[in-house]
Amino acid sequence: MAAELRMSASACPACAAMPAAEALAARAAPKEARLILSLPTAHCAACMTTVEQGLMQLPGVHDARVNLTLKRVAVAADPAIGAETLIAAQDRLGYEAHELDAGMLRSTATDKAGRELLMRLGVAGFAMMNIMLLSVAVWSGAEGPTRALFQWVSAVIALPTVIFSAQPFFRQALRALRVWRLNMDVPISLAIILATVMSLYETAEGGGHTYFDAAVSLTFFLLAGRYLDYRTRAVARSAAEELAALEVPRATRVRDGAEEAVAIAELAAGDLVRVRPGGRMPVDGVVVEGTSELDRSLLTGESLPVWTGPDAIVSTGEVNLTGPLLVRVTAAGRDSSLHRIADLVAVAESGKNRYTSLADRAARIYAPGVHLLAAATFLFWLLRSAGDVHLALNIGVAVLIITCPCALGLAVPAVVTAASGRLFRRGLLIKDGTALERLAEVDTVVFDKTGTLTMGAPVPVNLADHAPQDVALAAALAAASSHPLARALAAGSAAEGLAALPVEDLREVPGFGIEGRWKGRRVRLGRAGWIGATPGARTATWLDAGDGIPREFAFADSLRPGAETVVADLRRQGKAVHLISGDTEGAVAALAARLGIENWTAGATPAEKADRVAELTAKGARVLMVGDGLNDTAALATAHVSISPASALDAARVASDIVLLGTDLGPIAGALVTARRATRRIHENFAISAAYNVIEVPLAMIGVATPLMAALAMSVSSITVSLNALRLR
Amino acid sequence: MTVLAYLIPISLCLGMIGLGAFLWTLESNQYDDPQGNASRILRPDYDDHPKA
Repeated sequence: MAAELRMSASACPACAAMPAAEALAARAAPKEARLILSLPTAHCAACMTTVEQGLMQLPGVHDARVNLTLKRVAVAADPAIGAETLIAAQDRLGYEAHELDAGMLRSTATDKAGRELLMRLGVAGFAMMNIMLLSVAVWSGAEGPTRALFQWVSAVIALPTVIFSAQPFFRQALRALRVWRLNMDVPISLAIILATVMSLYETAEGGGHTYFDAAVSLTFFLLAGRYLDYRTRAVARSAAEELAALEVPRATRVRDGAEEAVAIAELAAGDLVRVRPGGRMPVDGVVVEGTSELDRSLLTGESLPVWTGPDAIVSTGEVNLTGPLLVRVTAAGRDSSLHRIADLVAVAESGKNRYTSLADRAARIYAPGVHLLAAATFLFWLLRSAGDVHLALNIGVAVLIITCPCALGLAVPAVVTAASGRLFRRGLLIKDGTALERLAEVDTVVFDKTGTLTMGAPVPVNLADHAPQDVALAAALAAASSHPLARALAAGSAAEGLAALPVEDLREVPGFGIEGRWKGRRVRLGRAGWIGATPGARTATWLDAGDGIPREFAFADSLRPGAETVVADLRRQGKAVHLISGDTEGAVAALAARLGIENWTAGATPAEKADRVAELTAKGARVLMVGDGLNDTAALATAHVSISPASALDAARVASDIVLLGTDLGPIAGALVTARRATRRIHENFAISAAYNVIEVPLAMIGVATPLMAALAMSVSSITVSLNALRLR
Repeated sequence: MTVLAYLIPISLCLGMIGLGAFLWTLESNQYDDPQGNASRILRPDYDDHPKA
């Protein structure tokens, strides 16, 4: 069953998710538990049926509904049903599922802003179609009372529409004017208001040109651009929120000898917390009981686990590997070391000088230019016609309407929507609106090692150096532990096709290794010191086969899929590739040689990483930083643009502009190409809208522009710009 | 030309109905999962009887 489903999953690669903004609507929560699971692999109609029916068959589940756009399933069940039951059921069906923190998602569950924009867009669309119908009659030669009637009907439709639908522009324009600045919304609002007011006056007077259709279609096209822009950002936000909601929401608190699951937010300093092997430290604390090893690679970049025991200090985010630990909380939640570092990054980010987007740069030239042009036209005609204010005003307003940035308002959002949709399908999530533009400028790429270019998971390298019997013995011992080195060893020997030897009395000594009895002799697999060997430079575990001779099993970090291709592709694109790691020189040099990276730095502290990036930037390079650890966050925030994998810590993802959703690094090279193409499209779109203005504006200035011309220019330029953006897909 | 006195209100009414329908779809969360809905319609589950 599971195999069949997976097959259908791979048979349908084209139905990957399209980004869409519509967030989950808030549904009333009755007296049942509402759980939300993330389903990263669900993608087609068959998946939806399997997941929903599979969940509905579970006793106590009332309702299950998959949202394919957001790749989530919302489940209503008896309060007794936990997420673990549902996740296990999904696992049996062949779907990967993660629990999402419903509280975290609920804050933006109602997508009020998006719905409001859509409603204004709908009203503007209705009004535009009706007014266009009436306008066509006027353009094709309606005369006298018929024409007056049509103009009045148009006025009755246009006035409320403009007041309702164009509000977002009016609000933004007012906000800019209050601080004595000009943005794109100022000329937009001015054109819409003047077109409406002037047309009303002409209708009342009878006889002149009216621009109701222009005012309303302007509102419609620009709202469409606004909505696209909003949608792109909303998708990124909801997905980023989802990543945050994936963080451990619960801890096991021990109180009077009894264990209870509580939310981390409820923990206070002094509480006792039990952390099982495989669990992540939910708090900062001191070990009270138990010995184990901790994986600190996400925090420091060290690839070797660290021994821990009573009175040792542990920090949030470290992963407990071998034995259960009882930890006394010293700081939790907002006070914990992880959050303090995240806060530091936030400060560093706000201090970063803000990048001016292409749209802002265009607006800076455009807004004053348009106003000057319209004012000059008005003054020219006022002088020429010897004080005919009515005529001069008519022509001045026509210039404003014709130059109105209809295509300009769509030029950037249409391209960004198309490009980020394309990148999302390839597994890259754009968190920041200007990230695409900045990505297009990159000429230097800096990689972190552990967890970025490598998986942060070891693979045995010298199995062939040992007698098959020793390997089989080591594998039998290793099978009893969930330590990463032991698991890698067991998997490695299974791959060699060796059958495990019958070892008895297996027991794990947390923090040291595994011990057992084989042919009446005591055998051990574990730390060098425990076996009686001197630890070498490599990551290794040692075997004592009962004869007192230590045998070394060495490990190397496995490469992340796509690491080799991405480095090769980037070099082919002419980018400089650097490797900066906090790990030891030997490990870094080996990886650099394997990938063909000439510029590498080992043993770098977090501050040194950031300094190195700053140094490259000072030399004029535009740096893309790719990293996942807490030790990379400062460098990620310093770089021109940054990418982190979804497996990275919260703090690293917060600091980066783009999140890589899959395990494969390959899409990064393609993203640079897409970003460059997107920027080229944006420039083309600016050129297209400028070309229309070059043709139309002189006509408007000499006073021969008609409402028909304005309507044509507006529609045709908007459509060409959107089509040009679609070429990216 | 008196026919306009009927036609214009009728055309406006029809447009209003369309707008009303759009606002209704908006209110009832029909844009929450466009991709899921596109797939859901192809499912044979409730072809013979409506969902209880």
